[in-house]
Amino acid sequence: MSLTNKTYWRGIEELEQSPEFVKNAKQEFPDYLPSESENGGHYRRDFLKMMGFGIAAATLAACETPVRKAIPYLNKPEDVDATIPNYYSSTYMDGGDYCSIIVKTREGRPIKIEGNKNSSISKGAISARVAASVLSLYDKERFRNPMIDGNKTTWDELDSKLISSLSNIATSGKSIKIVSNTVLSPSLQNCINEFLVKYAGSSHIVYDSSSSSAILEANFKSFNVKALPTYDFLKANVIVSFGADFLGTWLSPIQFSKDYSVNRKVSKDKKTMSRHYQFETSMSLTGANADFRTAIKPSQEIAYLAALHNAIASSTGGTTIKDFAVTDSKMIKNAAKDLLDAKGKSLVVSSSNNVATQLVVNNINQMLGNYESTISINNKSFFKKGNDADVASLLTGDVGAVIFVGCNPVYDFPKSKELIAALSKIAIKVAISDRPSETTALCNYIAPDNHYLESWTDANPIEGKYSLGQPTISPLFKTRQSLETLHKLVGGTMDAFTYIQNVWSTKIFPTQSEISNFQTFWDKTQYNGVYEITLVSNALAYSFDTNFVSNALASSKSVSETEYTLYEKVGMGVGTQANNPWLQEFPEPISKATWDNYICVSKSFAKEKSLEQGDKVKLTSKNGVSIVLPILIQPGQAANTVSIALGYGRQNAGKVANGVGQNAFPLVNFVDGLATYAGVCTIEKTGENAPIAQTQTHQTMMSRPIVQEASLSDYVKDPFAGRYRPMIKTAEGEKAPESISIWDTKGLQTHNYNNHFWGLAIDLNSCTGCGSCVISCQAENNVPVVGKQEVINRREMHWIRIDRYYSSDNKEDKSIAGFTSMEDPSENPQVVFQPVMCQHCNNAPCESVCPVLATTHSTEGLNQMTYNRCVGTRYCANNCPYKVRRFNWFSYYSSKERGFSDVNPAHDAKENEGLGKMVLNPDVTVRARGVMEKCSMCVQRIQSGKLAAKIESRRPVDGEIETACSSSCPADAITFGDMNDPESRIYKLLSDTNKERAYHLLEEINVKPSVSYLSKIRNV
Amino acid sequence: MQVSSSIRPPLITGGKTLHDVTNDICRHVESKPNPTWLLAFGLSVLTLSYGLYNVYRTLWYGIGEWGLNKTVGWAWDITNFVWWVGIGHAGTLISAVLLLFRQKWRTSINRAAEAMTIFAVLCAASFILCHMGRPWVGYWPLPLPNTFGSLWVNFNSPLVWDVFAISTYLSVSLVFWYIGMIPDLSTIRDRATSKVSKIVYGAMSFGWTGGAKDWSRYESVSLILAGLSTPLVLSVHTIVSMDFATSVIPGWHTTIFPPYFVAGAIFSGFAMVLTLMIITRAVYKLEDYITIEHIETMNKIIILTGSIVGVAYLTEFFIAWYSGVEYETYCFINRATGPYWWAYWSMMTCNVISPQLFWIKKIRRSIAATFIISVIVNIGMWFERFVIIVSSLHRDYVPSSWAMFYATSVDVGVYINSFGLFFTLFFLFSKFLPVVNMAEIKSVLKSSSEIVPVSNSSSVHAH
Repeated sequence: MSLTNKTYWRGIEELEQSPEFVKNAKQEFPDYLPSESENGGHYRRDFLKMMGFGIAAATLAACETPVRKAIPYLNKPEDVDATIPNYYSSTYMDGGDYCSIIVKTREGRPIKIEGNKNSSISKGAISARVAASVLSLYDKERFRNPMIDGNKTTWDELDSKLISSLSNIATSGKSIKIVSNTVLSPSLQNCINEFLVKYAGSSHIVYDSSSSSAILEANFKSFNVKALPTYDFLKANVIVSFGADFLGTWLSPIQFSKDYSVNRKVSKDKKTMSRHYQFETSMSLTGANADFRTAIKPSQEIAYLAALHNAIASSTGGTTIKDFAVTDSKMIKNAAKDLLDAKGKSLVVSSSNNVATQLVVNNINQMLGNYESTISINNKSFFKKGNDADVASLLTGDVGAVIFVGCNPVYDFPKSKELIAALSKIAIKVAISDRPSETTALCNYIAPDNHYLESWTDANPIEGKYSLGQPTISPLFKTRQSLETLHKLVGGTMDAFTYIQNVWSTKIFPTQSEISNFQTFWDKTQYNGVYEITLVSNALAYSFDTNFVSNALASSKSVSETEYTLYEKVGMGVGTQANNPWLQEFPEPISKATWDNYICVSKSFAKEKSLEQGDKVKLTSKNGVSIVLPILIQPGQAANTVSIALGYGRQNAGKVANGVGQNAFPLVNFVDGLATYAGVCTIEKTGENAPIAQTQTHQTMMSRPIVQEASLSDYVKDPFAGRYRPMIKTAEGEKAPESISIWDTKGLQTHNYNNHFWGLAIDLNSCTGCGSCVISCQAENNVPVVGKQEVINRREMHWIRIDRYYSSDNKEDKSIAGFTSMEDPSENPQVVFQPVMCQHCNNAPCESVCPVLATTHSTEGLNQMTYNRCVGTRYCANNCPYKVRRFNWFSYYSSKERGFSDVNPAHDAKENEGLGKMVLNPDVTVRARGVMEKCSMCVQRIQSGKLAAKIESRRPVDGEIETACSSSCPADAITFGDMNDPESRIYKLLSDTNKERAYHLLEEINVKPSVSYLSKIRNV
Repeated sequence: MQVSSSIRPPLITGGKTLHDVTNDICRHVESKPNPTWLLAFGLSVLTLSYGLYNVYRTLWYGIGEWGLNKTVGWAWDITNFVWWVGIGHAGTLISAVLLLFRQKWRTSINRAAEAMTIFAVLCAASFILCHMGRPWVGYWPLPLPNTFGSLWVNFNSPLVWDVFAISTYLSVSLVFWYIGMIPDLSTIRDRATSKVSKIVYGAMSFGWTGGAKDWSRYESVSLILAGLSTPLVLSVHTIVSMDFATSVIPGWHTTIFPPYFVAGAIFSGFAMVLTLMIITRAVYKLEDYITIEHIETMNKIIILTGSIVGVAYLTEFFIAWYSGVEYETYCFINRATGPYWWAYWSMMTCNVISPQLFWIKKIRRSIAATFIISVIVNIGMWFERFVIIVSSLHRDYVPSSWAMFYATSVDVGVYINSFGLFFTLFFLFSKFLPVVNMAEIKSVLKSSSEIVPVSNSSSVHAH
């Protein structure tokens, strides 16, 4: 049968051979189906298609594409790579506060300040204030454009108006005053000098909010040099300080801490350390670190100094001065003996702003032969140049114009009422300031200054030591740096960069001969951040004005009334950075109080006046100035004295600072034209009270082996002195806790770190408690600020805290009464500081209790926290014996409640414009509400260090990776490193040079921390 | 027929017939809600609403609404959790253990006690959820297969053990309670007149016919479930106690906790059963079923468990001294004399001293005294958990972190929420479900009634 006979047809159309089929049969692609039916309507299929499209289109149109503000570079700037940080050397200056720094920027934003190791002044360290200054850059309250009489204007208009008015004033014979704090910048000083030349009758008034005029005066009398000397604590084996808080706030605390700490370290190879006596009224950071501290009333200072002077004079054959009876003459005798034993290697300092006192100090140092050894008057330092008497000229005379350069005398000049009255008579008041202040509020011309991170600057803090500051971001607002503004006013056309280069090429470049090309010199200096020359120091002719001192001593008498002193807090200082929430929430190293100033009183004083902590009292000075503040019972406060911190009570600084505390500057007295930070007062109860937000409320160690300490003499005899080495009784005899395990550790090591084993070693002998690490950590790890109420609720978020314990008179006693008595600190206690962060336990109690494995152990010994996985049971925090875990009780970055948007820089509130968020470290997650967080040992730094090494196919070198806390420490107390690396500093510390001093906190519970502490040694 | 001693007091008084039993119990289910019930229920719902507002604040704003801080991470939340779990213990004990021991006096109270157990465990569970920082991921501690990668729970964590313990306890209690209720539900179904009742109770009684086979299976299941839940009585609070016992915190790290917690749980559970039953018997006129004998028997258990708890307190103190661990020593001295001394001494007075009054027969048999002491015991047991949790945490190892905990209104509000929830559920139960186990009462009627009922035609129908 043939198949060909069969015909298959594809459809009825083919069978019928309809004309339409025949027409289309040859075409490869048939026509599309008609979209319209014969009667004009649409086909169902098309209707469905169109409807489908319509719905899909409408749905898609309704979905708003999220607007992402991350815009890639159209033209990528050279040197800026996404995710790769850049580092620039620069200079931090705030009045006379100085630090050479390295600024870390990410995608063009400065996010972290590190110390510059090239500087011989700050030597790679920073302070809390320096670390916090990066946040001030992103302060939303800063001035954004020039203003005349409160109205926005342009720079051109401001310049032309000002130049014409200033010229008119100069020709009319009225005076023009430039008012500033100490100017460390040679270029700015040069510019001011040019201004003074240009405008006849103009003068430059320099004052310091916290004045050291008397030292300048005294040096002028003694050496004919009107400057601060340079102190070298590195060389001082015996230090006697009268009220000078040189580790916290006095002159150059970073430098002094760095030098001081070197001499305080002990190890197997160095069993000596400096001895430090402190005589002071209020417990200062320095006093807390002293081996011997004597609490004295401010009026007794001269008596104690005179006693010390005469004790030394009688041995060295110097002239004696009037003698006073002092209460603690034994301490003076001991101090004198130690000083004499260390002649030429000792140092006596005083922060007193009284010329006679400083003259006595000078004479003591002269008798001890300390000049040009531990003190150099030849190498002047310029941290304070202010002259208290000068400001008075503002108050009188026919002033036509006043230009305030970065200073705020309406707030911090003691006679601010008179100043305000005087200002009302001055026609032209110019404020060159980067942010509003009490002074700018009274000025009619606002010439907004750049933040220092937006400016070219230079500094000359110590003779022969220069540093450069380069901008790390272009100005955020329409601001212009003060140097340029002043330069414009003298008719100049240069920008700050050119101006500074000019000054350097003419004045600083010629001081060296090494480099012949200025550009090379400039580039090198800019790269290094500093340029330093060594000066020869020759002894200068010295004279002791006995008559002056005798006259002063003759008129001094003992005061029986209650006396007050004014002091600066380590974080807040004189309040220039008051609107910085990091500093407001920074726990003051001694009182551990945040967000407030208060009246420190001694325990006996409180008892006598039946006051309790937090009771508000009214302090009225002899001059009739009064202030109402809560009291804080401060162990170590001299009897019948009170102390108040300066820097608070700002009125016009911004949301963060306004209304926090009270301004104590009006309590500053003028004695012989010099600002005196003490006086006589009366205290009255008001019946009100206000809680003080402290991060630590229990003051003593309860005789627990938390901070283990020994005296130097005991340590020399036995390196284990003071160490608590717990032994646990077991069936096989006494065993060290770490050797006990319920697991079979012979066959199976619970934790084996084959690669790295990161750890921290903290030398409690070096740690001064300054808190630089606290802010450094806060900046590095995006730690939220929570505000006063949350601190009162004990919910501050700092990942590292510095525990401060006072000694108690009551010895260990395990009875009911004994425990209660141990809670009481001594009237003048010894103080210890202990930085505590996550201890990264290798038997971590937190890890085993987390139900969801949100906290786990890394193969490198880190205790890791996985925020994404955390459900927030807080069990880990409860089970942490060190209580270092922090919980996000609220959504600190977005909650509209409780004012977090005002205090937390990372808050995304609309009015913050995302400015504060610019300071966030992009390598660290901002934690959400309801999750736990804690110190990660800067895992992001470890990771980037490891990556950098990996790229170069090598292992990370010791010192290459530093945590935020270890890198900022001005006392080198914190050592970070790989405990598996025998070449690392931490390995050597723990297994060789200081192994006897090394211990783990709470060793007996065997959680095996990766953080070790080295016991404290006191030179007593 | 079981033989009971002639000197043993009768379990059911008033000469009830089988029909009387059915009538007495079903009456409340069938009648319109009485005004007292309406008032009580209304108050409960009001309390619940206030509580829910506080729960809303906690969930919406965060745990920061409570008074917790970085040192004291748990306070009222876990205190309430443990307290409610403890209360939930009596139900199982009464229904399971006493069933296995053939303690007939349990029949009148087991239903309500079991209901109370379930509601208490629900209240406890509400705190587990509320206390979480991120309750929206509250299911993560369950070992669920997930798409997050290889994420699993941490079987080392006592909180995961808790999840198992509580959920097992809740499910077993729920099944036990419900199965025990089926014969009674079918009785209600058979008596129901309205259509809705017929359908609802019909569905709820799972086709119960009352045949011999049904009863046989019912008995077997009851025994099996009783056997299953008996270990739970011990395990649940043992595991809850391990939240504390396995930690390193002085005052928590104690091996005595499991037995001490179990005793405390039975103690508080019985007290709560008494509190509720004394109200119920008065409101529903069930004096003939829940007799003074029942109350006395339960009071005896309270003396026993209260004394165990008292001994445990003293043992803790002894060990704190004997161990020589200074942290432990301080913790206990601080409990008794520190800032939270008032909580400690409230606990001691309420838990150790007050139940000892039951040695006096007159007090033991006094309804008023029993009621007061039962409430006091539960106050004391709340303080016990508060003392253990807060006074241990607030001063542990490192004195720099020592802090105080102060409760906020939201802390209190969330606690009130659990009361609202508990009583709302309890009143719903007491209105719509049989509060006393009719079937079991009937089974003991012949042997343990005060007057053995005369068997007549009226007493055999409709049960």
